[in-house]
Amino acid sequence: MIEIHGLTKSFGPKHVLRGIDLSVVRGESLVVIGGSGTGKSVLLKCILGLNAPDGGSIVIDGKPATGHAGASEREEFLSKFGMLFQGAALFDSLTVWQNVAFRLLRGANRKPRAEARAIALEKLKRVGLGPDVADLYPAELSGGMQKRVGLARAIAADPQVIFFDEPTTGLDPIMAGVINELIRSIVTEMGATAITITHDMTSVRAIADKVAMLHDGVLRWQGPVAEIDTTDDPYIQQFIHGRAEGPIEALR
Amino acid sequence: MIARLLAFIGRSVLSGLAGAGKVTLFAIEAVSHLVRPPFYGREFLSALLQIGWLSLPVVGLTAIFTGAALALQIYAGGARFSAESVVPSIVAIGMTRELGPVLGGLMVAARVASSIAAEIGTMKVTEQIDALVTLSTDPLKYLVAPRLLAAVISVPLLVGVGDVIGVMGGWLVGVERLNFNSATYIRNTWQYLETWDVMSGILKGAAFGFIVALMGCYYGMNSGRGAQGVGRATKTAVVAASILILAANYVLTEVFFSK
Repeated sequence: MIEIHGLTKSFGPKHVLRGIDLSVVRGESLVVIGGSGTGKSVLLKCILGLNAPDGGSIVIDGKPATGHAGASEREEFLSKFGMLFQGAALFDSLTVWQNVAFRLLRGANRKPRAEARAIALEKLKRVGLGPDVADLYPAELSGGMQKRVGLARAIAADPQVIFFDEPTTGLDPIMAGVINELIRSIVTEMGATAITITHDMTSVRAIADKVAMLHDGVLRWQGPVAEIDTTDDPYIQQFIHGRAEGPIEALR
Repeated sequence: MIARLLAFIGRSVLSGLAGAGKVTLFAIEAVSHLVRPPFYGREFLSALLQIGWLSLPVVGLTAIFTGAALALQIYAGGARFSAESVVPSIVAIGMTRELGPVLGGLMVAARVASSIAAEIGTMKVTEQIDALVTLSTDPLKYLVAPRLLAAVISVPLLVGVGDVIGVMGGWLVGVERLNFNSATYIRNTWQYLETWDVMSGILKGAAFGFIVALMGCYYGMNSGRGAQGVGRATKTAVVAASILILAANYVLTEVFFSK
């Protein structure tokens, strides 16, 4: 489904990604872990084309992810994806249901307003929100509810690939657990491919089929989630146990 | 020492030219979205409301006080040549050609360039711009193009309304304070005012509207990180819009009126 080879990306003198090789098969849930500032978000943004990679290749469904000829081709490419942003990134000038139905109300496959609203309400219900929040503005919601709305927006157009950027950051442990469970069940029932980036180990265990650890611009380790406790890789061990001492420098 | 000075001048010129180039490319791309579907009518109407309708009080108040002060000054100046009777026509010409568009444009720059830059800058900082892209929506088409069009349409209208209110301010002072006869004042205003006086000011308004929206959008889209980044983007947008309005006003006045 997603094949990445030798991906590099620098910002000025800072080499953020220094040769990433990664493959994710259809329906698999990959979680990328790594400390803050290790380039996890940049990796996602390169796949989506929000950042242009410096080198390497990204192939999705057999087609290269960059260099689209026209706007419609790019739109078709992007319509495969849904993304839940770290701060939810809801449009604060639009109501909750208009946020969820954003893609349905615009673009080539536009739906009538009433139908788009019905789909939005259904997706809101799927993430545990009632119709009473549909006409509120994002600023009127709690952080956890905003995350749910962001999740509903990400899945509104039934994407094949869903990205989750630190889905539990800033939430209390119970709310984080709820969001983790939602992500897991939604990804399973939609049969979607998922890539999550996080440094929350509870999330990793709840969401992942496969784990990859990003450190210093390369993938230090990747394997099935069951192996993270048994591997003797010192980087993984330091990370999952949150030790200050180890190969990963504490000062970054 | 001299080498360093030259290097500094060279760097400044290069970065200035690069900046001008970036703004130009940004403007060309944004304008090109106005003729390529899809179009976002709802965003356009909301921008029209924000930029045009809601700026009316500010522009109206600016115009009425300017017109009133202008009448007093021209009366005082005219008295030196025993030419007090020119007040109505000079107020009208001064408002429509120069002060209506320039002061209106500057007030719109303060009100609209700042709010556009802050809004788009905040959207960028909170990843809403990235979210737009992932939802297959081009931010230039969705955010920038409607605002540009709305400003180019509504600022000339604001200038027109400002002209009328400014002339009214002059009339109010003329009649109440300077003992003009109301009917004579109005007749003198009309008699010497030419269509081109008004039209040139309205054309200036269109140019100033474009500048205001372009600066607001450009600096918003290129906002730095965090609250500080948005603050800096907002400030720069207002300063750049104001300076460009004054410069463009000089150039347009040369083009329209130089012999």
